[in-house]
Amino acid sequence: MTAVNTSSTPSFAARLFEAGAHQKLLAFASLVLLLIGFSIASPNFMQTSNMIAILQATSVNGVLAVAATLVIITGGIDLSVGTLMTFCAVIAGVVLTNLGLPLPLGVIAAIAAGAFCGLCSGTFVAKMKIPPFIATLGMMLILKGLSLVISGTRPIYFNDTPGFDQISLGSIIGEVVPSLPIPNGVLILFLVAGCTAWILSRTVLGRYCFALGSNEEAVRLSGVNTDRWKIAIYALAGSIVGIGGLVMASRLNSAQPALGLGYELEAIAAVVIGGTSLSGGRGTIVGTLIGALIMAVLTNGLRVLSVAQEWQTVVTGAIIILAVYADMVRRRKS
Amino acid sequence: MFNRRHIIGAAGAVAFMLSGNLASAEDKLYVPLISKGFSHQFWQAVKIGSEKAADEFNVEVTFEGPDNEGQVDRQIDMLAAALAKKPAAIGFAAVDSQASIPMLRKINEAGIPVIAFDSGVDSEIPVTTATTDNVAAAALAADKMAEAIGGAGKVAVISHDQTSRTGIDRVDGFVDRIASNYPDIEVVSVQYGGGDHLISTEITKSILTANPDLKGMFGANEGSAIGVVNGVKEAKADIVIIGFDSGAAQKEAVRSGIMAGAITQNPVGIGYETVKAAVRTLNGESVPKIIDTGFYYYDKNNMDDPEIAAVLYD
Repeated sequence: MTAVNTSSTPSFAARLFEAGAHQKLLAFASLVLLLIGFSIASPNFMQTSNMIAILQATSVNGVLAVAATLVIITGGIDLSVGTLMTFCAVIAGVVLTNLGLPLPLGVIAAIAAGAFCGLCSGTFVAKMKIPPFIATLGMMLILKGLSLVISGTRPIYFNDTPGFDQISLGSIIGEVVPSLPIPNGVLILFLVAGCTAWILSRTVLGRYCFALGSNEEAVRLSGVNTDRWKIAIYALAGSIVGIGGLVMASRLNSAQPALGLGYELEAIAAVVIGGTSLSGGRGTIVGTLIGALIMAVLTNGLRVLSVAQEWQTVVTGAIIILAVYADMVRRRKS
Repeated sequence: MFNRRHIIGAAGAVAFMLSGNLASAEDKLYVPLISKGFSHQFWQAVKIGSEKAADEFNVEVTFEGPDNEGQVDRQIDMLAAALAKKPAAIGFAAVDSQASIPMLRKINEAGIPVIAFDSGVDSEIPVTTATTDNVAAAALAADKMAEAIGGAGKVAVISHDQTSRTGIDRVDGFVDRIASNYPDIEVVSVQYGGGDHLISTEITKSILTANPDLKGMFGANEGSAIGVVNGVKEAKADIVIIGFDSGAAQKEAVRSGIMAGAITQNPVGIGYETVKAAVRTLNGESVPKIIDTGFYYYDKNNMDDPEIAAVLYD
């Protein structure tokens, strides 16, 4: 219940630097050190175009990680984010390409599909008392299959919807500052992260999110309908994944039905590197963003250094373990 | 704090060490190859071919590809990282024939020639494509299948994917040839296993369960073909299997007779021709729009012929 108390502190900025400040500082320092290390190791690393490539690579994983953070804070886990992303992209494809409806409807359909699937997962977890790991594992497989069924196992291209690829690839910033063509997909990531951080710290929903993760029984005993709040959080996470699906589909100008498996683990890795506790009750969106950036910088940096691909995965895995271990050690000390 | 610093420091140190051996090669032309896959033996053979050409023409090559043959976005990230390295040319085997086009345009704008290999893209950007004529190769597989099952009966196909050029061409090549030349043969099922051995094994077993009178199966790439072999073994079925590509397991299956034969491409040749085409383009020489790297049918009778053995790989 401590999280509930701290999150009722009035100042938004103060809270941002309170609970997880130390952790975020550490993660941020790691990110900066990685950037400096790679810049020294290769003159090709620190270029505007490469930094933009890193941000672009972060965009989808970042959005998925933000969604995963919400569920993890409640003490649950969402394994379906990867295939749900694909499912939402396929829904957008069906609405825009197969049915030929206008762009806004496709966007709404994708987000609604995400919210609905999140609602289902949430109901399985809250009402039917299926452990989140199993409930979302089931959803992961259902959605993977449905994506293939609905799309007829072929990718759906958005060639008939001009402007769809601009959702992710266009650059509003680039039109104002031509030297900084940051793609819209990255803006969407920061926008989603900002809104989610606001929900977590400023709304009742956010407060219950932490409360459920800290001590669900206590919340229930104080007369709160915990099931309803939990379902709402899963649905919110699902709609965020829907946005991720749109960013992905727009980036590839196609809905790729075979994609998605494995993306949930990368999202969870980003969340954990960002200092969110897998046992729930504690976590920040800023941390998750930094975690997602660390993953992307690491992958890109190792590639730019031409490290053999076999070793890239080994190093990435080791970094995840070390990052989380360092966090554990620090926590035990404090 | 203390710990985290150490960790990142150590990671940095590793990075420096790994980057050290590259510094000496910086004056050479650099040609990264972004492949469709990485760990399958086929791709490793393409890699060997590219390294052979790199030695011969004194250029520097690297070889990368997504772990899973469906990961379109990962491949685009790899292209972005390759572009950051300011290469002389880029070799590229597309996972999706359209999705990578915006990235290819960027590479094109930077004045870097793109050499496609294995799977082409629906774009004029690649200078050339070093590839197997997959439609013709799969049609040959259909002919061999018809011959082995006596021109009549049910057959099924397991392919790797339905998004890439090779996946589409091989299924079309096989199915169209059966439809046009062999009216008594029926293709009862075409399924996709992502090139994954285990998934393809399971699909095979379910097809065998559904069609107990099945006469033959065609596995359209290395992973699919091995999956078919494993599935048939596990189900203890007796059907004609035609595979595609080679690799130690598939060669063994052909040698032992469980697989009737297989089409082999020339992956070493694909890698070699890709790098060679890059060098020729950079020297201002012209290259043909398509470089046909050839294919062969092999069975246990001819697999030790020098001409065939040279294009089979483990």
